Amino acid sequence: MHRVVVTGMGVIAPNGHGLKEFEEALKSGRSGIRHIKALEDLNFGCQVGGVCENLDEIKKSYFTEEELLSMNESITLAGIAGIDCWIDAGLTRPHPDSQVDWDTGAIIGTGIGGMDTISGKLVPKVAESKVRRLGSTMVEQVMCSGVSAKLGGLLGLGGQVTTNSSACTTGTEAVVNAFLMVRHGQIKRMIAGGAEGSSPYTWSGFDGMRVLNSMHNDCPEKASRPMSASAQGFVPGSGAGLLMLESLESATARGARIYAEIIGGHVNSGGSRGGGSMTSPNPEGVVRCVRQTMLMAGIQPSEVNAINGHLTATFADPKEIQNWLNALELSPEKFPLVNSTKSLIGHALGAAGGIECVTAVLQLHRSFLHGSLNCEDLHPELKMIEKSVVQKSISFDGKIIAKSSFGFGDVNGCVLFKKWDNLN
Amino acid sequence: METQAIYEKVVSLISPYVKKEGALQSVSHSTKILEDLGVNSARLVDIVLAFEDTFDIEVEDEAADSIWTIGDAVKLVGSKLNQ
Repeated sequence: MHRVVVTGMGVIAPNGHGLKEFEEALKSGRSGIRHIKALEDLNFGCQVGGVCENLDEIKKSYFTEEELLSMNESITLAGIAGIDCWIDAGLTRPHPDSQVDWDTGAIIGTGIGGMDTISGKLVPKVAESKVRRLGSTMVEQVMCSGVSAKLGGLLGLGGQVTTNSSACTTGTEAVVNAFLMVRHGQIKRMIAGGAEGSSPYTWSGFDGMRVLNSMHNDCPEKASRPMSASAQGFVPGSGAGLLMLESLESATARGARIYAEIIGGHVNSGGSRGGGSMTSPNPEGVVRCVRQTMLMAGIQPSEVNAINGHLTATFADPKEIQNWLNALELSPEKFPLVNSTKSLIGHALGAAGGIECVTAVLQLHRSFLHGSLNCEDLHPELKMIEKSVVQKSISFDGKIIAKSSFGFGDVNGCVLFKKWDNLN
Repeated sequence: METQAIYEKVVSLISPYVKKEGALQSVSHSTKILEDLGVNSARLVDIVLAFEDTFDIEVEDEAADSIWTIGDAVKLVGSKLNQ
């Protein structure tokens, strides 16, 4: 078995692009939730969301005109975060004619994928019997693996390049799967995480389910309210968050900067039994997932210093905390510190786990925990852990942060990150 | 439309798909679109669609398959415009 460390990260989120800007946004509590005119025009109940700003300008500094011809929003977001991650890991962006890098692969997940292409180009043209005028770039933009395939080509990756999809667990699952590959010595490096665009058509099904918050359209920054008594559903988001996972041997050999070590990771399913369903987790599945992660890491529950929760701002938030209490078997007063990045950027679906893993590692590396917005009126069932809920950014000297994600299909993911301090 | 005008328009329509740096600086009628300009072969479909939209012509698949050089494209467009 190989030790696995994080040597690079890239993020583009509704409240910031790049590690520096994103960290500042997290620390200052800058929300990325804004009024979205398209949602209002389309008569959505929820008319706020998290959309990455200035994307049209940013992408021109990353990609050529020719490259952009076949890059929809999710592929573009994955490309930007992937190149940032690559460079942050101390690697040089290769020339298109460079040698293949046989030592690096990528698992980049997406929840729903190229919906902007499907809704804006594919469906209208086919419906008008104009299949012949679709052009050559439809397949590469609507195939789920578009988010990993394009980046793999841009960077000349020669390891496994693939896309996973497990609803809202996607990004975390990608990190777990990539972690296991490096841990087992199958490859030296893997880029892992998730990307998701911001198409109203992606978000429409959730609005139709009435699981988006439609009660805060006049105050967008208040709309995403994880752990709040007045939580009314989640706010849709978008973005990409990717991490370079690398064997410790490889990182050490090339003198790479190390952010953190991944000491455990696990994904499972609750089987849609025991209270679990397509839209709700089986508590036993969650408990098993968390415990298996801790078992792999060889740590005790009391060693988990903080949790970056899934915590979307639905009725499931109190259940999530209860599942953690059951998994850790700690009394409420000893519950780890907990926050929700979704309070700042909304729920980026397939990208959420990736962005939140970046958040967890940034918090460890930079010794802070960001405040979880809009839970001043803590949910009554969470009063017992009130002291653990981080409402304003604080300095943090903990060593271990857990990142958990839970998704439709009763699927669960958990990763344990440990601070790297050169004494490890 | 004059052949030179067609040629200039054809080159401008192909240019977004050119991947070889600097290749457009030495372009001529005999320039091979795939080999010399580094255009991805799949993108020929998009280039032909651009010809159809810009020149208001229709290019059958068989005719499109005959395009190898910029000169081939200019010749094809010219013949369609004169039909």
